[in-house]
Amino acid sequence: MAVDTGVVPAPARESHATRWRGHGVGFMVKLALMALVNAMGLMVAFSAWRIEAWGIFTGSVVLLVVIDWIYFSRRMVPLKYLAPGVAFLLVFQIFTMAYTAYVAFTNYGAQHNVTKGQAIEVLLLQNERKVEGTALYPLTFVQRGDELGLAIVDQGGVRVGSAQAPLTDAPDAVVAGTTVTQLPGWDVIDTKRLYSDTDLANALQDLRVPVSEDPNDGSVRANNLSQAAVYRSVLVYDADTDTMVNVDTGVVYRATEEGFFRAEDGSRLGTGWRVYVGFDNFRRGFIDGDYVGPLLQITAWTFVFAVATVLSSFFLGLILALIFNDPRIKGRTIWRTLLILPYAFPAFLSALLWRGMFNARFGIINDWLGTISGWFGGGDVYIPWLQDPTLAKFVILWVNLWLSYPYWFLVCTGALQAVPAETVEAARIDGATRFRLFRSVQLPLLLVSTAPLIIASFAFNFNNFTVVYMLTSGDPTFPNASIPLGQTDILITAIYQISGVAAGSSSVADYGLAAALSIIVFVVIGALSALAFRQTKKLEEMA
Amino acid sequence: MTTASPAAHPIPHHTASGTTRRRRWWREVGWRYPLAVVFLVYAAFPLVYVISSALARSGTLVGTSGLFRTFTMENFQAVNDTKFWAWMGNTVVIGVITSLGTVLMAASAAYAFSRFRFKGRRTSLTSLLILQMFPQTVAFVAIFLLLVSLGSVVPVLGLNSRLALICVYLGGALGANAFLMYGFFTSIPQELDESAKIDGATHAQVFWRIIMPLVTPILAVVALLGFITVFGDFVLAKVILQSPENWTLSVGMYQWVSSELSANWGLFAAGAVIAAIPVLVLFMSLQRWIVGGLTAGSVKG
Repeated sequence: MAVDTGVVPAPARESHATRWRGHGVGFMVKLALMALVNAMGLMVAFSAWRIEAWGIFTGSVVLLVVIDWIYFSRRMVPLKYLAPGVAFLLVFQIFTMAYTAYVAFTNYGAQHNVTKGQAIEVLLLQNERKVEGTALYPLTFVQRGDELGLAIVDQGGVRVGSAQAPLTDAPDAVVAGTTVTQLPGWDVIDTKRLYSDTDLANALQDLRVPVSEDPNDGSVRANNLSQAAVYRSVLVYDADTDTMVNVDTGVVYRATEEGFFRAEDGSRLGTGWRVYVGFDNFRRGFIDGDYVGPLLQITAWTFVFAVATVLSSFFLGLILALIFNDPRIKGRTIWRTLLILPYAFPAFLSALLWRGMFNARFGIINDWLGTISGWFGGGDVYIPWLQDPTLAKFVILWVNLWLSYPYWFLVCTGALQAVPAETVEAARIDGATRFRLFRSVQLPLLLVSTAPLIIASFAFNFNNFTVVYMLTSGDPTFPNASIPLGQTDILITAIYQISGVAAGSSSVADYGLAAALSIIVFVVIGALSALAFRQTKKLEEMA
Repeated sequence: MTTASPAAHPIPHHTASGTTRRRRWWREVGWRYPLAVVFLVYAAFPLVYVISSALARSGTLVGTSGLFRTFTMENFQAVNDTKFWAWMGNTVVIGVITSLGTVLMAASAAYAFSRFRFKGRRTSLTSLLILQMFPQTVAFVAIFLLLVSLGSVVPVLGLNSRLALICVYLGGALGANAFLMYGFFTSIPQELDESAKIDGATHAQVFWRIIMPLVTPILAVVALLGFITVFGDFVLAKVILQSPENWTLSVGMYQWVSSELSANWGLFAAGAVIAAIPVLVLFMSLQRWIVGGLTAGSVKG
């Protein structure tokens, strides 16, 4: 095969150096791409450095160094081809799986959303009150770009700061009376603007300028349009004893192992931090607590759902494959095409479509049933397809059968055609009936080739979020209203509800429990895949 | 469909009278037709219904039970007043970029595995095989938390970013497809690239000019499957994309149905018809490839 490689072939024994013909287009493309990757990587690393996100900083720097090393080294040719995919795999699959495992053993969630340091800061900030009898400082509003700031006159000098930057002296400021008229680096905001621009007024009203880096020192806030006051937290954090003291009431809150500041009388401060909780999430999910009953039911239903879907769709597909596995049928291609239509229709649309059809009040199914009952003198039909737990489960299975049987129809058709004609002929000559032929020849051979697919399909349906969520959203809910789960939820939709990522608000979030359930799903899938491997081997030996 | 089937051997016509022949035909072939019709109704009825709803005048779920009573394009016009086309655009852009990225990354990984013998090759192949069994979606809580932190550093990789969603999808690219491609790549004779190498081709030239043209069919299958997967994905898109103008079709249309099922029914039906047509056409025209790809991939796994 003649290939125009664009490179002049080197005569034998010529050194690499004399082969040098300058860099080709490929090298230039590579250089440009690497420049781009490096620029982006450095940008990420710098911004991570700036906001002190050390995990991301380390990750991006290590990744960048490794990538540069791979692509600018002459060796490691295979790695040059593997690196892009592996990089994405590492960050968005392997890391997330490992992180799931970590979160499963913490109490990460709505009330334990941050690290301890951040929690202390939040608590001090939330509990700031105006210091009684404090002096009021003449105030001027300032801004630089989008950043709003406060400038105060304090003992003749001017101090300025913003939400991010604590107060600093501004010796070059020009003061007229009690008003700052000029401030280098800042624009003075005319107070008249505040009457027309209420957004700005509100933003300035809420602006909190820290007095110093230490949150215990409190902040300066606008008291009114021309005066600022010092606010200080009623809580004081003492690092040595690891306690929060409320200076008003004198109550001492001690940091506990559960990730809260708690007082002697049991009361606690609102914001907590995430801590390691061992197997607590698993215990909450499956041994005691509000979640146990529903979660056990959901787990059982998940298995029922996956097994029933695979079995029903496999058998329907097989029956159809057998029906159409006869060349004497006219228009087989057209029949086949029509029968696999549900598979080609996007699954999420199908589920939503059936949701409308099964609607209890206006859905076509109840409507037509009503018409039929009308013929026999009956009245309207109101079957709560999606409101009754048993019926809703039936509907889910019915719809999923509709969605999945074409796949098995196609697979079984292929597998049946792959059964050697001689084998079939031999069985016939030996006097096998049609049933016997199917039972003893076709089915075993079919199972050998489809067994791995059956297990893969089980694993897929075990996590079939789309069908369940689109059809019922997990409803009807469990009678115990304190938990966000429904009776048709499967594990993956339960994880979704518990994690609270849906709501957008983190008030119901329970990442720890959700991650623990994810681990359970991983274990089930892993065990199943291992089983699949062994089973495939066994069936192959049998065949 | 030329493969012999069990009943293909010749039927002795001359001995059978008309009635026995008909009875025999009925016993062996005829009974299949009524059954086929029953299944056809099951398969096609919802699709007929959605088309009828899309054309119905009422625009709501009420009164869609009489199939094809009214014909109007109003629902299709109403779709234009919604964000539907923005969602369609998002879905297509995200799907195309993801499937291109997937194809490139999976193909180059398959090239590395099939053409180079390096330390840790078997181990990496086995790890990939194990990894691909764990669906990415199960870890969506961790993905969410990861994007929250990434977003505080680089907003464009945080929540509510389409780029972030693409990156997440690309994280699953190797696991699902590298094996499918690996099998295909090994079936291409090594002699081809060896002769090219003797002619002085570099490894990159072998990859781009020799291997890639030969594996185009499998590239097309992977790209197509990748696109259809993205098109149908709901949970990751729902978790990551938060503001309506960034949504994909699945998230947006779920919103229509979940909030006001009855009132939005006409809108949904028209949208579903529009959204399903390209996928349906793609799928049907490439049916044989897709099914081959599906089964081959899984058997390998």
